[in-house]
Amino acid sequence: MGTYNTSDFRKGLKIQIDGEPYLMIECNFVKPGKGNALYKCKLRNLVRGTVLDRTYKGGDTLESADVEEIDVQYLYRQGDQFVFMDNKSYEQYELPAVQVDETWKYLKEGLICSIVLYNGNPISISPPNHVELTVEYCEPGAKGNTATNVTKPVKVETGAEFLCPAFIDIGNVIKIDTRTGEYVERVSVKA
Amino acid sequence: MNLVADALKIEFGPSASWTHLAKYAALLRKAREFFERHDFLEVVTPILSRDTVVDRHLDPLRVVMYADPRQVSEGAEWYLQTSPEFHMKRLLAAGAPAIYQFAHAFRAGERGQHHNPEFLMLEWYVPGQSQLAAMQMLSDLANHLLEQGEAERITYRDAFLSLAMVDPFDDPVAKIAAAITSNPSQSPFPLDEAFRDDWLDWLLVERVEPQLGRQRPTILYDYPSSQAALARLRPGAAGSPAVAERFELYWQGVELANGYCELCDSEQLCQRFEENNRLRQQDGKQPLPIESGLLHAMRQGLPECSGVALGFDRVVMLAVGAPSLDDVMAFPYDRA
Repeated sequence: MGTYNTSDFRKGLKIQIDGEPYLMIECNFVKPGKGNALYKCKLRNLVRGTVLDRTYKGGDTLESADVEEIDVQYLYRQGDQFVFMDNKSYEQYELPAVQVDETWKYLKEGLICSIVLYNGNPISISPPNHVELTVEYCEPGAKGNTATNVTKPVKVETGAEFLCPAFIDIGNVIKIDTRTGEYVERVSVKA
Repeated sequence: MNLVADALKIEFGPSASWTHLAKYAALLRKAREFFERHDFLEVVTPILSRDTVVDRHLDPLRVVMYADPRQVSEGAEWYLQTSPEFHMKRLLAAGAPAIYQFAHAFRAGERGQHHNPEFLMLEWYVPGQSQLAAMQMLSDLANHLLEQGEAERITYRDAFLSLAMVDPFDDPVAKIAAAITSNPSQSPFPLDEAFRDDWLDWLLVERVEPQLGRQRPTILYDYPSSQAALARLRPGAAGSPAVAERFELYWQGVELANGYCELCDSEQLCQRFEENNRLRQQDGKQPLPIESGLLHAMRQGLPECSGVALGFDRVVMLAVGAPSLDDVMAFPYDRA
């Protein structure tokens, strides 16, 4: 494993501290005219998402982290594990539900997501910004009511529920913004 | 030609706008006007020299003065100057009147929002001038350039006491550390008296500097003797420690200038350089040559004088209200 010297410090650097991977999200060089150079850094823990403030002096080093992001396809869920496959290498990766977190709501078979690998093991997953899902169950649609401000809960193929306009019906395909969990539009009436 | 630029991944255009470059030029004229009015002699001295300031935290860029273009790594090691200080003081030792110059200065590894490895230094010296008079002149120049009125003055000690609730001369290192971080075990320096100046510098950057020069430009003065650099020491009043006659100008939390009542004692200069070399080696850095043209001149006699160095690019940056030096330098490091 390599090391980074303070002269290599910059935004985007992936490093490890106490065996955990971090992303350098900010690095400010400060130095009183006659004093020691200091590097004020903000580091985001890539597993937990927490942010650390750390200051380093010129010449300090940090260990580099073996972190890469790859595109994978969602295959299926097996108990507590979600199984994905790298379409290039056909390598399969398993992520426990606790790491998948809220993303399970969007995981339909075949969905392309990106996962972050740390030392070859998946540590987090992000879905695309928009996902299209088929409605499996909801109260009957109010015919002719095209207003979008009246909403109702709608259950989709993944088992998750989203608030959608009243005109949405079973079998409709809807687009959800995964960053907010909000309904965007109806893509088609029949899947 | 664009292909070449793309291949080098360097933006070929300037990073500063024409409005800012015009303001840069106007401030250069204004500064010259100030020194002409005060009867200074403008001088030009080498930026490449066999000597350099021996400072623990200033790293000069080395240049090999090869004689044979086929063997470019063979030759004497010279240095790009971290400030024009040495040559200007040699002029003073030779009887110069008040002198000033605009000089390019170089400091290895200094790159950030307020740092560029090459920058423009405005430096001036006045024979026979006291710290008080030197601070007044600095304040006048700042007002001439920035038009923010007379500079406020506060001693290093009072600034730390009022802005960080720490006595920089008397409080133990643990108290200095506590004023910066709740987690000193994760800090860049050990909790050890030997690292006192490092802790003070960090506290300065973290808690004091950001509050300096908020309303008006502010001059910090009377530094701890351990931070004298090339300033002379003044014995403290009964019972209090000696201070260095060193002063710095701040505006909007940004350090703009550093001044001294210059050290004239060649023996002391030698001792300080030797100590700095010891610390450089402790930090894993190369020592720098102790013997220099300046030391030689000081042995002959350097008259009492004050000297101030001002980072001109930073002044322009603040004058146009820009956040970064890149906004006022035509070609900063990433484009040079």
